[in-house]
Amino acid sequence: MLSCAPNKCGVIIAGSTSVQPFIEKVAEHFMEKNPGIAVNVQGGGSTAGVQATINGTCDVGASSRNLKPSERGLEVVLIALDGIAVIVHKDNPIENLTVEQVRDIFAGKTTNWQELGGLNSIIIPVTREEGSGTRASFEDMIMGEDVISDACLVQDSNGAVREIIATTTQGVGYISVGLVDDREKAIALDGVKPTLANLTTEQYRFARPFLLLLRDEPKGDVKKFIDYTLSPEGQEILGSSGLISVNKVASD
Amino acid sequence: MKDKIAEKVLLFVALSAILSLALITFFIFQQGIPLIFRAGLANFFSAKWAPTRAGFGILSMIIGSLMVTIGALAVGVPFGLAGAIFLAEFSSKTIQKTLKPVIELLAGIPSVVYGFIGIVILVPFIRNTFGGPGFSVLAASIILGIMILPTIVSISYDALLAVPTTYREGSYAVGATKWQTVVMLLIPAARSGIVAGIILGMGRAIGETMAVIMIAGNALKIPGSIFDSVRTLTSTIALELGYAAGDHRAALFACGSILFLIIIVLNIVAIRITGRK
Repeated sequence: MLSCAPNKCGVIIAGSTSVQPFIEKVAEHFMEKNPGIAVNVQGGGSTAGVQATINGTCDVGASSRNLKPSERGLEVVLIALDGIAVIVHKDNPIENLTVEQVRDIFAGKTTNWQELGGLNSIIIPVTREEGSGTRASFEDMIMGEDVISDACLVQDSNGAVREIIATTTQGVGYISVGLVDDREKAIALDGVKPTLANLTTEQYRFARPFLLLLRDEPKGDVKKFIDYTLSPEGQEILGSSGLISVNKVASD
Repeated sequence: MKDKIAEKVLLFVALSAILSLALITFFIFQQGIPLIFRAGLANFFSAKWAPTRAGFGILSMIIGSLMVTIGALAVGVPFGLAGAIFLAEFSSKTIQKTLKPVIELLAGIPSVVYGFIGIVILVPFIRNTFGGPGFSVLAASIILGIMILPTIVSISYDALLAVPTTYREGSYAVGATKWQTVVMLLIPAARSGIVAGIILGMGRAIGETMAVIMIAGNALKIPGSIFDSVRTLTSTIALELGYAAGDHRAALFACGSILFLIIIVLNIVAIRITGRK
């Protein structure tokens, strides 16, 4: 199916479409530094990435979820974490919500903060646009079978959501944990704060790992690429794209 | 010889502009139209927009675009027309020379700056005064109304100035006051120019994207009042194109096709009206 076999013409990466744009960025920089090595990044989804790694149709698989027991036996390299925090205005007295409460807010069932023990004011939920990866993981992890209400405001980036929440006392939204700053407040979900420490210990469940998968010990060009991704430079690229880089997690 | 070459070069440049318009038209329709038929007209003109789950209804966006455009006209037309009448009929040459460039300068402000002013000043004001999210039809209408002012003012001003002085003299001669002259004579005489200015402003309002994304809130629900959030066709394209693939991407091009048709119709109307002078 592929025009050239793995390891013959550079590095072929396949899998998660969430990881894809980030790894493409790393690959671009990598290829600038190593003009002789072509890195080919393909999508397909996490499951396809795992299968392709097992079958050997790619050199490196990409996954935005942990491997299932049936998929064990592959080398797993954690390249970054993408945590999702629910944020509110910093004057909002709410510190903690259950997942069900957050779900009801975004499904349009809860419309006043008073119902959640807050002030008597309307709730202004802000969601991401249709097709966004952050929205997809929020839907997976929080919404379950429920659908995000049409009445939610829609913004097209973490930054835009953050801006609205920072200026709107009634607002609630969700963004990558790494992008929360002191103008808004990340609340605890089911009692766990979305701190880097809680993310590393997996106590805060609303994060997904970005993984690269290998059949065995990396060597040659593949090893060079993985080493580059984990190097301070590679991690800087991932970190500046809104992910939690692995060395940040390790040093925290 | 040199003339011939210059003529050919100019012809080529003129044709390339037309060619690029033709290519853009072809590309947008070729990408968008098949989806409309694949999804079915009933689906496409419904209010359910969930393009990753086969819901391609753009009704709420069409209504949204129309609402903010009408709102923008409600704000922009009275102020724009009043400004043009003042400049053309009631002000001295010095005031004209100062005010007109200042109003035209409004057109040079990037729309992201308008949006930013909207977020910082207008949205919190509406939220605190009228309730609701503040990101609303009203906010978008006010900002768009200001954005279309220069178009309406300049074109109406030129149309008013183009009315021959003999008309005014005739009017004064039969005893009409200045105000009566303006309302009963000048505005009807300059009507085609004024309407053209309004329609061009309307085109600007319906096509504006950045400022609207920033202040309209972009909720998909069809707004129940002017204090509710609203989503326009242009916002949807700009918001979602980044991640869209397959049918979702095609649906955004379909939005573009509909927008294109609306703007073409507006322009044809504008050309008709101005041509009738």
